[in-house]
Amino acid sequence: MELVYIAAAIMIGLGALGTGIGFALLGGKLLEGTARQPELGPQLQTKTFLMAGLLDAVPMIGVGIAMYLIFVVAPAAA
Amino acid sequence: MAGNSQEYISHHLTNLTYGKLPAGYVRENADGTTTELTEATWTMALSGKEATDMGFMAFHVDSLGWSLAMGILFAWLFRKAAKSATSGVPGKLQNVVESVVEFVDNTVKETFHGRNPLVAPLALTIFVWVFLMNSLKWVPVDVIPGIAHAAGLPFFKIVPTADPNGTLGLSLGVFLLIIFYSIKVKGVGGFAKELSLTPFNHPIAIPFNLFLEVLGLLTKPLSLALRLFGNMYAGEVVFILIALLPFYLQWVLNVPWAIFHILVIPLQAFIFMVLTIVYLSQAHEDH
Repeated sequence: MELVYIAAAIMIGLGALGTGIGFALLGGKLLEGTARQPELGPQLQTKTFLMAGLLDAVPMIGVGIAMYLIFVVAPAAA
Repeated sequence: MAGNSQEYISHHLTNLTYGKLPAGYVRENADGTTTELTEATWTMALSGKEATDMGFMAFHVDSLGWSLAMGILFAWLFRKAAKSATSGVPGKLQNVVESVVEFVDNTVKETFHGRNPLVAPLALTIFVWVFLMNSLKWVPVDVIPGIAHAAGLPFFKIVPTADPNGTLGLSLGVFLLIIFYSIKVKGVGGFAKELSLTPFNHPIAIPFNLFLEVLGLLTKPLSLALRLFGNMYAGEVVFILIALLPFYLQWVLNVPWAIFHILVIPLQAFIFMVLTIVYLSQAHEDH
């Protein structure tokens, strides 16, 4: 049943890749926007955190399912 | 919590389930003996396998209990602040409650473009209730299950939002509200027309449109529920894993993870609230 672990690893790994690239783009735009208009700083930050939470959704779902696979499915099948 | 690490982890990830085991089911007791049930009995599950075998008529007593407790705490706290509100120098509780209400009010004003007196209280309830339920994660992993174990309960998970049933319950409520207000504002015919004639406004594209729109409609509550569940469940698993390390390593890892959760817990509650407002705003759109 090692395939379960590989499946979980792929899920977490690819999810982390997507999240990393997404947050990097988002953060870069926030810095640019704040540099252009510092008075919009707090507003932009709130919206950035909102987008970060939305971006996190599908990778987090993947992590949740992967954790379930590793700790509940794999021991039960072993 | 003795036993090997695998057992420890599975033990902490199982909910306290109260349900009906069918007649003729063979149970394994804690001391190794087996009892066969002569008739269908309502009982607490003694293992994860028993919980699965209970089928549909099983209740996660711990999630239900703690979500109810957090709801009552929220209602009592806010009512207390409202009753003792003064227009002079406010006390601390009134300050906190006022800032939360103002925050939710501003968010609703910015995002909701319809006319409905239900949305702002709904947003406040969702935000504070989900925040309180999530914040049960800061209680160290062994404390409350240890007390429950001494009281004879086999499992006890205290975070209701780390239970997919909990989050799906919340998002199902939101989904029903979306459908209710869509039909109320647009009418049944208008709602059906919107579902079947966007994005392609041609009768021949109706099946395709319906497929896309119904799928989009169904992903809304599903993603709401699973986003919150995934965040909370993964955090819980990491806390449990850290608890398995030798005690001198626990502080090094636990402190940063708990501090990270100061961000995650309110953020997830905020996102649930904002998405609810956005979906309800979409349901109220009529051109």
